[in-house]
Amino acid sequence: MYTTLRVERTEAGVAVIHIDVPDRSMNVLTPALLNDLDAVIADVRTDAAICGLVVTSAKSSFVAGADLKELLALMEAGLTPKRGYEMSQHLSLLFRRLETMGKPVAAAINGLALGGGLELALACHRRFIIDDPKAVIGLPEVKVGLLPGAGGTQRVVRLIGLAAAAKMITDGGQHAPAAALKMGLVHEVVARDQLLAKACAWVASAGDTHAPWDVKGFRLPGGASLTQPAVSQTLSIGTALITKMVGRRYPAPGEILSCLYEGATVPFDLSLRIESKHFARLLTNPVARNLVRSLFVTKGELDKLSRRPAGLPPSTLRRIGVLGAGMMGAGIAHVAAAAGLEVVLLDATQQNAERGKAHAQTWLAKEVERGRRSADAAEKILARILPTTAYAALKDVDLVIEAVFEDRAIKAEVTVQAMAVMPKRAVFASNTSTLPITGLATAFARPKQFIGIHFFSPAEKMPLVEVILGKKTSDATLAVALDLCAVLRKTPIVVHDSRGFYTTRVFGAYCQEGQVMLLEGVAPALIENAGRFAGMPVGPLAVTDEVSLQLQYHVARQTQADLGDRYVPSPADPVLRRMVEEHKRLGRKSGGGFYDYPADAPKHLWPGLASEFPVKAEQPSLEDVQNRLLYIQALEAARAFEEGVVTTPGEADIGSIFGIGFPAWTGGALSFIDTVGIAPFVAECERLARHYGKRFKPSRWLKARAAAGQSFYGPAPSASGQSTGISSC
Amino acid sequence: MTEAFIYDHVRTPRGRGRPDGALHELPPVALATQALQAIQARSQLQTAWVDDVILGCVSPIGDQGSAIGRVAALNAGYADSVAGYQLNRFCASGLEAVNSAAAQIMAGQSDAVVAGGVESMSRVPIGSDGGAWYGDPAVARATYFVPQGVGADLIATLQGYTREDVDRFALESQRRAAAAAAEARAARSLVPVRDVMGEVLLDRDEYPRPNTTLADLGALKPAFREAGEEGGFASVALHRYPGVESIRYVHTAGNSSGIVDGSAAILMGNRAFGRRAGLTPRARIRAFTSIGSEPAIMLTGPALAARKALKRARMDFADIDLFEVNEAFAAVVMRFMDDTGVSHDKINVNGGAIALGHPLGATGAIILGTALDELERRGLSTALVTLCVGAGMGTATIIERI
Repeated sequence: MYTTLRVERTEAGVAVIHIDVPDRSMNVLTPALLNDLDAVIADVRTDAAICGLVVTSAKSSFVAGADLKELLALMEAGLTPKRGYEMSQHLSLLFRRLETMGKPVAAAINGLALGGGLELALACHRRFIIDDPKAVIGLPEVKVGLLPGAGGTQRVVRLIGLAAAAKMITDGGQHAPAAALKMGLVHEVVARDQLLAKACAWVASAGDTHAPWDVKGFRLPGGASLTQPAVSQTLSIGTALITKMVGRRYPAPGEILSCLYEGATVPFDLSLRIESKHFARLLTNPVARNLVRSLFVTKGELDKLSRRPAGLPPSTLRRIGVLGAGMMGAGIAHVAAAAGLEVVLLDATQQNAERGKAHAQTWLAKEVERGRRSADAAEKILARILPTTAYAALKDVDLVIEAVFEDRAIKAEVTVQAMAVMPKRAVFASNTSTLPITGLATAFARPKQFIGIHFFSPAEKMPLVEVILGKKTSDATLAVALDLCAVLRKTPIVVHDSRGFYTTRVFGAYCQEGQVMLLEGVAPALIENAGRFAGMPVGPLAVTDEVSLQLQYHVARQTQADLGDRYVPSPADPVLRRMVEEHKRLGRKSGGGFYDYPADAPKHLWPGLASEFPVKAEQPSLEDVQNRLLYIQALEAARAFEEGVVTTPGEADIGSIFGIGFPAWTGGALSFIDTVGIAPFVAECERLARHYGKRFKPSRWLKARAAAGQSFYGPAPSASGQSTGISSC
Repeated sequence: MTEAFIYDHVRTPRGRGRPDGALHELPPVALATQALQAIQARSQLQTAWVDDVILGCVSPIGDQGSAIGRVAALNAGYADSVAGYQLNRFCASGLEAVNSAAAQIMAGQSDAVVAGGVESMSRVPIGSDGGAWYGDPAVARATYFVPQGVGADLIATLQGYTREDVDRFALESQRRAAAAAAEARAARSLVPVRDVMGEVLLDRDEYPRPNTTLADLGALKPAFREAGEEGGFASVALHRYPGVESIRYVHTAGNSSGIVDGSAAILMGNRAFGRRAGLTPRARIRAFTSIGSEPAIMLTGPALAARKALKRARMDFADIDLFEVNEAFAAVVMRFMDDTGVSHDKINVNGGAIALGHPLGATGAIILGTALDELERRGLSTALVTLCVGAGMGTATIIERI
């Protein structure tokens, strides 16, 4: 008997498969489902009473593709390319048997069909889909560093041609039914209540049916010969655009283009083997494992509040206060109001507070204009924000977030004023990005209820929140903070108190290394390109301009004042001092920093850099500069982990990717060390320390881990026969 | 070692490589046929004495497919015994044909060879043959493929050439070409192309714009900005040249080589062949070579190839009287001058491909002939001919008058 599907026979002799994988909210391609499908195909083929098949789902979606957790387990256990090939062929040949069993097969797509789910539908001779915009279809494998390995690349290219297939599969986008019909991926869009009837009727009358590519004389739409200029251009420009869009660190998009190109003109069954081989190369590349693990598995767990202390009742968050209506406070207020919370937005002057609310208004107006939100909904959100100067308005809030200037005295002052009026049960949170929470908590009478909730700018877009525990912060307070993250749909990581906590420390290391290189005479363009080509969203100098040189300079001075003799001067100090004090180049918002920002042209490096930081004749290699920028961040992450500031590799990785843009291909700052291999990582750090300074020196703790071969995620057997792709630029 | 001599050379005029160009009505084999017939007729050559016909051709597909060297020779009425083939060293194919012919002769395995090239860019557009270099995604990625125009702009960026610099260079090419045309300096080598009725289709180079001004050139749109920025190739280039902040797009249709149709043929042989045929050698081949260099920037090969050829000939830049450096793009020749210190006074003295056009497979043979004619006109002795070549190569040949 089948455990994952139900088969029903119509009077006309059509077998309808209702896929229903138990204990899952969506159907995924489990081994049991594949076995059942295999058995059904064998039965239908030999049963003369059955004229054909309809494949549909008993759930509200069709089939969502592979189970990424299972896939990750396989990857972590270590896969050879040969095994990856066999896995792909197993599925690919199963779908091929469905396609070639000699009876018509229709897919009745009753909801979302992604990845392997769409590949199943593509192996059906005719695809019907319901006219519900939520019934999206797509091949998102590229987003986890893979390609569709069950015939998806080869069927799509034969259906819609090379250029369209390349675009669809390399961007991994989702397509609503109307768009899918236009693209040629489905045959008919039908009303939900007509879906099965239409599919069954088609099967009953289809007769002898073959896929187009199994009919003699089949021609691929648009052709795929390199002697066609359009084909050459698609592949040549397509390859260059991959470099432009994602750099050269993500192997999947290029592998997809190769797979399409190599497979498009050969017999179909051979093309499936070509696809499986390219799939196997990606599956055994650590980048795929890194992406699956960090972007999906770890992030998913943190989104479900895996760090929430057990046994505490859910918080009731209704109303919050935000102190300081600057850029950050205004963003937090907007996000909270959009999530349904009442927000008291408080600033020193009514004008400032109103300006903070206006920020939300501007943002919402754009959303309304783009049709993402109704004017009515936008009004309701705005109505939830109360701009004020009166602390008394905080009298019934559940939580206060302080987002004033990074100055201990100012923060203490607003904390005391809020404390005077806010309810005793309410939590006080600081949005500081650098100042230790335990110290700030001394201004608050109930330090157990004091916590750091560090949002990133712009709060609307940045998905991460860094929750910081002070020495005395209670579990109950942590639970409230995490519940707030869930309400705001942010991904939380929980870290312990430290100057700069976790993300700001790692981020600081990136900026500092860029500035040190400038001082050494490395060409500024090389520094910036190396940062971007390594996979960071912007170069270290550009990002320093964004946060402002003035702020970084101020933080360094504050740290120096706080630590006194214990302050360890940064080798980048002279750069900031000269830029800020001598040249008054304070950052982007102040008219320019390392870059000039002309009104009518893209930003470009400040020409004055040439005389201020003369470029030396001999320049380091791109790889060397990239290594410095990535290694210094990974080292800082390892230090934070060693010190117990961040306590799980997953949080360290998610924090680095979503907080500061550490490249996702690495899986995050600690995953990067595992990917390089901890021993080679430590060896390279020692080399860098010899050449560039002791900040690269690995700690005794890290060296001991390296000597013991102890990685952060447990020992991953190295994939055999393939380079890791880590050293290539 | 046997010496290889140049006995004679001819070329067709270059027609604009567009549907309204004068030579568009003729298939490329007809252009090659007329060049081969002309070189035969001028020397009253017994074609049976020729061992091989080597034609350079860069897009050897369609009209230019199936070993056009052999087919054109047959079509030109050469003896059945004359072998023929087509070779492709991208833009240096015509010169590589000369070098290959020289190699056969020097090695003592051929007595006489006709070398040359043909390209009808109007009928077989550049890139018609496709190829793994840029079409196979894995190869394009591994080799950091960047279109040559973007490579030329990258050279200009690295060298600091401004738009005015390259436009001034282009203007000078036009001026020199106009001066040479006014004196009909190419008259001895230029054979008019005839249509199927025998009427003259074209008897002078069609591409030059002698009246162009710096302002005219300055008004042209950069030709490669779109490929660089929207096409993503600038990003690829920067991955190879990460010290560059952004590419300066200075090359236009006005300071890049022209797209034209044309063909050339050069009669080469050993000393014994000349005696037997009653011909006097005009020059000998002193040295030749091809090199490879970084393929993404692609166009920095000429100086390297020139150096290597000079070394083989035990010569120095100072020993060369005249240079032909193919004007694929203004920055290519400007970079050659920067790299070698050779004065513009000695380079492309009758203008170059910016003014006259660059019929890909034929150009190497054409500019070798131009150099030889000019050595004779000025009473000088040595010339070095070199071209930048796709995928980062460079080819050079040194000739010396007898």
